[in-house]
Amino acid sequence: MKKVLSIVLAAVLMLSVLSGCSGGKDTNATQGGSSDKKITVAAIETAYGSEVWKKVCEAFTAQTGIEVELITDKNLEDVIGPSMQSGTYPDVIHLATGREKALTETFIKDQAILEITDVLSMTVPGEDKKVSDKIAGGFTETSLTNPYGDGKTYLAPMFYSPCGLFYNAGLFEEKQWSVPTTWDEMWELGEKAKAEGISLFTYPTTGYFDAFFYALMYSVGGPEFFDKATNYEEGIWDTPEAQTCFDIVAKLATYTEPTTPAQANDQDFTKNQQLVLDNKALFMPNGNWIVGEMANAPRADGFKWGMTALPAVTAGGDSYSYTWFEQAWIPAKAANPDEAKQFIAFLYSDTACEIFVTAVNEEGKPNPAVQPVLGIADKLEDDYKLFYAIYDNGAKAAMGNFAAFDSVVGTSNREVWFDPVNSLVAGTMTQQEWVDGIKAASDQMRANLVQ
Amino acid sequence: MKKRSGRGVFLFLCAAPAVLLFTIFMIIPTINVFRMSLFKRSAYSTTEDFVGLENFVRLMKDANFIRSMQNTILLIVVVTIITFAFALVFAAILTREKIKGQNFFRVIFYIPNILSVVVISAIFSAIYDTNNGTLNSLLSLFSGKTVAVLWKGESMVMTSLIIAMVWQAIGYYMVMYMASMASIPQSLYESASLDGAGRITQFFQITLPLIWTNIRTTLTFFIISTINMAFLFVKAMTSGGPNGASEVALSYMYKQAYTNSAYGYGMAIGALVFLFSFGLSALVNVATKREPLEF
Repeated sequence: MKKVLSIVLAAVLMLSVLSGCSGGKDTNATQGGSSDKKITVAAIETAYGSEVWKKVCEAFTAQTGIEVELITDKNLEDVIGPSMQSGTYPDVIHLATGREKALTETFIKDQAILEITDVLSMTVPGEDKKVSDKIAGGFTETSLTNPYGDGKTYLAPMFYSPCGLFYNAGLFEEKQWSVPTTWDEMWELGEKAKAEGISLFTYPTTGYFDAFFYALMYSVGGPEFFDKATNYEEGIWDTPEAQTCFDIVAKLATYTEPTTPAQANDQDFTKNQQLVLDNKALFMPNGNWIVGEMANAPRADGFKWGMTALPAVTAGGDSYSYTWFEQAWIPAKAANPDEAKQFIAFLYSDTACEIFVTAVNEEGKPNPAVQPVLGIADKLEDDYKLFYAIYDNGAKAAMGNFAAFDSVVGTSNREVWFDPVNSLVAGTMTQQEWVDGIKAASDQMRANLVQ
Repeated sequence: MKKRSGRGVFLFLCAAPAVLLFTIFMIIPTINVFRMSLFKRSAYSTTEDFVGLENFVRLMKDANFIRSMQNTILLIVVVTIITFAFALVFAAILTREKIKGQNFFRVIFYIPNILSVVVISAIFSAIYDTNNGTLNSLLSLFSGKTVAVLWKGESMVMTSLIIAMVWQAIGYYMVMYMASMASIPQSLYESASLDGAGRITQFFQITLPLIWTNIRTTLTFFIISTINMAFLFVKAMTSGGPNGASEVALSYMYKQAYTNSAYGYGMAIGALVFLFSFGLSALVNVATKREPLEF
């Protein structure tokens, strides 16, 4: 009896240990509708919160009868990654490129995303307009949505923000300085500011140089140069346009607040942003999320947010503001692609757009998630209205990014193009060394372009 | 006979959970790391191409990897030597000397060890701040002029990491040394002092040889924990920057495996780090082998 008991106890011990291995999903199932169909939507929880996603999923179910199992998490990759490795994919994933774990980029490189060109000609559920009639011009013609340059759309554009140079408009009024419209004016202002002990420029981290560099390439050489450069065309970095871009960044490095590189990491980047609030630096590249991010930070008297597009290269030339946006996409191995496409079409409905625009941050302050649909800017208020009006004030929209290439070990765009800016500012690297690194990496990336 | 087989079943069932878990969570994943290092693959997909040892060949030519390994080795050597020396001296003082508030010091030294790395990095963010940081303020106070050392700048970032890692580790090793020092019989010191041995002679002739086994164990801990902790400190404090100046082997592995979508290459780095830490531990173990002294 004793023996049986001990064996049973040991068996229970073993089972109890193993039972810890089974896990449950932390999901929010949206109820409603009568259809048997059910899709899984995985959306990253960012400063916009997850409440808007719950409401949009409920509205979708009410409209189509398709149930939605919603997964939201700040570390979405960790939640959906393991199940995808074992072959179970969500039907729709909302996750932008540019994140550290690069899940979306990995799917692009693996060509494991479903083509959704047909979604553009679908009618938005509950409305009589086509998706393509609702999305603002240009958004579905960039390398961020058509990563293989074959005219086919794979990623749906979501939540856009204009990026540009942010500054203290109050300080400009006080000093009676005007915001520079050309780079020459920028350097003049740099000298004036230096005389007052203020640096011309700072940046949160080198990651913020992507939007800056893209807009710079547009303003120097227009869309044609941008396309060639981002497709790593042979000899492109030896052209006068490229030289101008490099010269501007290298010159800007000499005007950069000297403590910037030491604080340009994920922990201290707000200290660099604080430099602008404290009037220690004039401009920084950023997006409109900066307002919410620094909402509680102390600031100089009379501080007022201002935002400008990148200056033009020559007087009267084009100035550009980069449009940063997120992406939603369907994994090629998703179980319910048709329903997933309906869901994506629904994301551009008036209902969904109005829900997204009411998003609030963790402190309950408005933080509108703005869908790239026509007429949305009218629904915005305060600072946000000002930022989104940048394109109405003469700036052109720059969109796109570097073309997808099969991973090249040991190197990445950020490491080659943007991280060395830290060394340029610190003076430990010359402009020529930086450009040589770019040329060498560019050759490798061209050879590995995803066709 | 029947009783013996019953005992066998019982022992088997008792050992099975641990063996099973160890196999599932340690042995199989480790074998998998080595297997995946031979493939070209990304983190989230199941498709993979066999590339043989190509990942390792590329690693040898990858200047960024070599720099990250150099940083790792620098940390292992410097952090180990400094922490070891301080921990040993503090442990000897706190065990052998009569000092007021001994327990207070013991707690103070141990506190950094129970703090999470994120908290430590926040503390050091305040210490290393260029404009208002504690360190620069102190230096300014003593030098009489404004000092603006960029503690997280390219030239100083590794030193800053070393300071933070030593600060974090001292308490842990100090407590370990104190535990083994406390078990050395008082009579040995008494007879040594009758023979005219001073404090320092006692330390080198009695304390050190008698805790040698413990020291050898901690040296292995130093190697393993420095490799692991370096990753956490770099992630929390510097993100590997500026421009890769503070990248260590594991943070570089993480970047390659995820951010650069080269999972197979990342696993090759993992396999090398695994072999490196194993080899170094074995080497240290052999080099420090002595006849055990008993009391």
